[in-house]
Amino acid sequence: MAIRQCAVYGKGGIGKSTTTQNLVAAMAEAEKKVMIVGCDPKADATRLILHSKAQETIMHLAAEQGSVEDLELEDVLRAGYRGVRCVESGGPEPGVGCAGRGVITAINFLEEEGAYEEDLDFVFYDVLGDVVCGGFAMPIRENKAQEIYIVVSGEMMAMYAANNIARGIVKYASSGSVRLAGLICNSRQTDREADLIEALAARLGTQMIHFVPRDNVVQRAEIRRMTVIEYDPTSKQADEYRALAQKMIDNKNFVVPTPLSMDELEELLMEFGILDDDESMVGKTAAEEASERMAAIG
Amino acid sequence: MSQDTEVIKPGYPLFLEENYQESLAQKRACFEEPFPEEMLEETFQWTTTEEYKTLNFKREALTINPAKACQPLGAVLCALGFDKCLPYVHGSQGCVAYFRTYFNRHFKEPVACVSDSMNEDAAVFGGQKNMFEGLKNAKALYKPEMMAVSTTCMAEVIGDDLNAFIGNAKEGGHIPRDFPVAFAHTPSFVGSHATGWDNMFEGVIRHFTLKSMQDKQLGSSGKLNIVPGFETYLGNFRVIKRMLREMGAEFTLLSDPEEVLDTPCDGQYRMYAGGTTQVEVKEAPNAVDTLLLQPWQLVKTRKFVQDTWKHEAPALHIPMGLSWTDEFLMKVSALTGKPIPESLEKERGRLIDMMTDSHAWLHGKRFALWGDADFVMGMSHFLLELGAEPIHILCHHANKRWRKELQGVLQSSPYGQGAEVYTGKDLWHLRSLVFSDKPDFMIGNSYGKFIQRDTRRKGKEHEVPLIRIGFPIFDRHHLHRMTTLGYEGAMYMLTTLVNAVLERLDEETMTMGKTDYGFDLVR
Repeated sequence: MAIRQCAVYGKGGIGKSTTTQNLVAAMAEAEKKVMIVGCDPKADATRLILHSKAQETIMHLAAEQGSVEDLELEDVLRAGYRGVRCVESGGPEPGVGCAGRGVITAINFLEEEGAYEEDLDFVFYDVLGDVVCGGFAMPIRENKAQEIYIVVSGEMMAMYAANNIARGIVKYASSGSVRLAGLICNSRQTDREADLIEALAARLGTQMIHFVPRDNVVQRAEIRRMTVIEYDPTSKQADEYRALAQKMIDNKNFVVPTPLSMDELEELLMEFGILDDDESMVGKTAAEEASERMAAIG
Repeated sequence: MSQDTEVIKPGYPLFLEENYQESLAQKRACFEEPFPEEMLEETFQWTTTEEYKTLNFKREALTINPAKACQPLGAVLCALGFDKCLPYVHGSQGCVAYFRTYFNRHFKEPVACVSDSMNEDAAVFGGQKNMFEGLKNAKALYKPEMMAVSTTCMAEVIGDDLNAFIGNAKEGGHIPRDFPVAFAHTPSFVGSHATGWDNMFEGVIRHFTLKSMQDKQLGSSGKLNIVPGFETYLGNFRVIKRMLREMGAEFTLLSDPEEVLDTPCDGQYRMYAGGTTQVEVKEAPNAVDTLLLQPWQLVKTRKFVQDTWKHEAPALHIPMGLSWTDEFLMKVSALTGKPIPESLEKERGRLIDMMTDSHAWLHGKRFALWGDADFVMGMSHFLLELGAEPIHILCHHANKRWRKELQGVLQSSPYGQGAEVYTGKDLWHLRSLVFSDKPDFMIGNSYGKFIQRDTRRKGKEHEVPLIRIGFPIFDRHHLHRMTTLGYEGAMYMLTTLVNAVLERLDEETMTMGKTDYGFDLVR
């Protein structure tokens, strides 16, 4: 069977890396062979699988050895929990260089060295924050990831980001084979969160593939640089990740998304009471509002 | 200082005249803050020492006078080899001006190539709009029947995705859906011109064959595919075709710029001329096999040909010199079942005759040489066949495996024992090498003339003359029309080498009454 390649996007801090590693651990538990490709200069997409602070990255090793051409696959690939293969693209320090090019170089290197020719069921690309430049869209170029999952929560900015990412996907999907495969809701315990994300998914033409509830065991596991699957396999949260993994394994719902306009998105948020539909309050300070209330009373 | 319209002098010798000399001296004294002559001399001498050579080879972050060019240059040459194909470079305009002048200066021919002129806006927003406009305009203006898109550094750094952009251009109606646009990502900061040729070629065959393999039948056309790689000797395209015709072998030369880079002056400008047709490319998978003339450059091509076309693409050397041409022809004979004809046997015999005739002059002569991986491999091997000794062998873009293979070739011959092979090194390294262990000649491209000048400055006895075989050759005319492959190519190279030796000997024995006892009429 062909390798299924998946890219995970979402707003910064939403829990992409944590969710990805947990669901990959669940897949590994189900005897799937998986590789994670971290596409973030911070290189923290594999720490829970490897129990290490950060992996030696492709770009770091390339800089040390002079050129990426001097690297071998075994220099950069590490095996972690249940044989999950881990690799980090890496990139420059904040404020210098070009992290996007780092992603391109790293993925080209993996392809040329035959990292995808091995016996794999899934490859996951964990991509930093928003798709800020062409480099971070490398994982969804033709013949790479064809399924995209967006991690989202009921918070407004997370949904904005998800919609923006869907817009990015359309650019590639209209002429290529990359498809949106679903939203993963990583709960922040906001009001009517599951309904809201279901509604957003419907508007985007996709599905909410799973609702991952919030549970402190995730943090406890993370402090130990472990996934929940490994740290506390009998916990309820571990079952949630297993459920997510199984749904992804069975997933056949791949679409070209229909992103919302800003107005439509705000309408949706209003519908769920996250935004007020009173235009007159825009730009008013708290003090102004207080004095208006006083005037109304007076 | 004025010129006489009846006798207009060019810069040399004009600037030798007294008033120019005075003026130049003034300029130097008043404005150039020159270092004292002795100091310049001392520094120059220091750059010729062993001490300097050691320092020079410790260089890490700096390249001086690279012996390679960049990927899109190779991609453009590859594109020129297809029938009515317009090379299109996605990226900045200056790069394309450079590719065009580079080829103009070498081939003395106009070279058609367009850019979509990415500017500051495109650097921020991505070059998709440039691509839309560019493809549309280029098609309307220059009426190509296909385009081959490569990229410059700028488009690569911002991560422009050619596949998506070209797809979207078709989707959006900027060019017709069925208009063939092949593409290759060719970042200049990776690999060299040879990598770029390989990438572009793979892009072209991928475009025309990847999705139409189901009705293909290996061997059904009975033809052989020949892939030249980055090849700038027009005679090489001709000689390969001639040899195969004499063999009676059916073949397709995949990427053949022989016509478009050698158009006649008859009052008619030909933007496109000759080249491999689309039909020929589409049928290439039906061939018996694919022979790669420059295997060390054609890594991606070989992989595609083997994985997708299921061709063997056998391991062969570049058909340069005597025995590697034999190897090539015997492979062709084995694959096609046709015997090697008498005409080629006779040609081979003539080459051997020439080799024995010139042997006395070439035996033991020491050479430094550089260039592309396959050329250097073939040339080194041919030198060994001639009994000449390659001493310093340099290839800027080759890898460790190449070095190992070449070392094996050198070890197998008594004439290769003194050779040292360098990869990833530039012409400034080579300069140190020829100062510290002087060869009799250098073989390489025009850039070697500056090394010759420097060795000459140290003194006539240190001078290492340059023999121009390679790319680019800007300062001699029409050498690009010559041949370096096959028996014919070996004859040309042998002639060039031996006459360089004799020329030099005449120069050294010309002093009347002193050395002219060796200034012989018959050599």
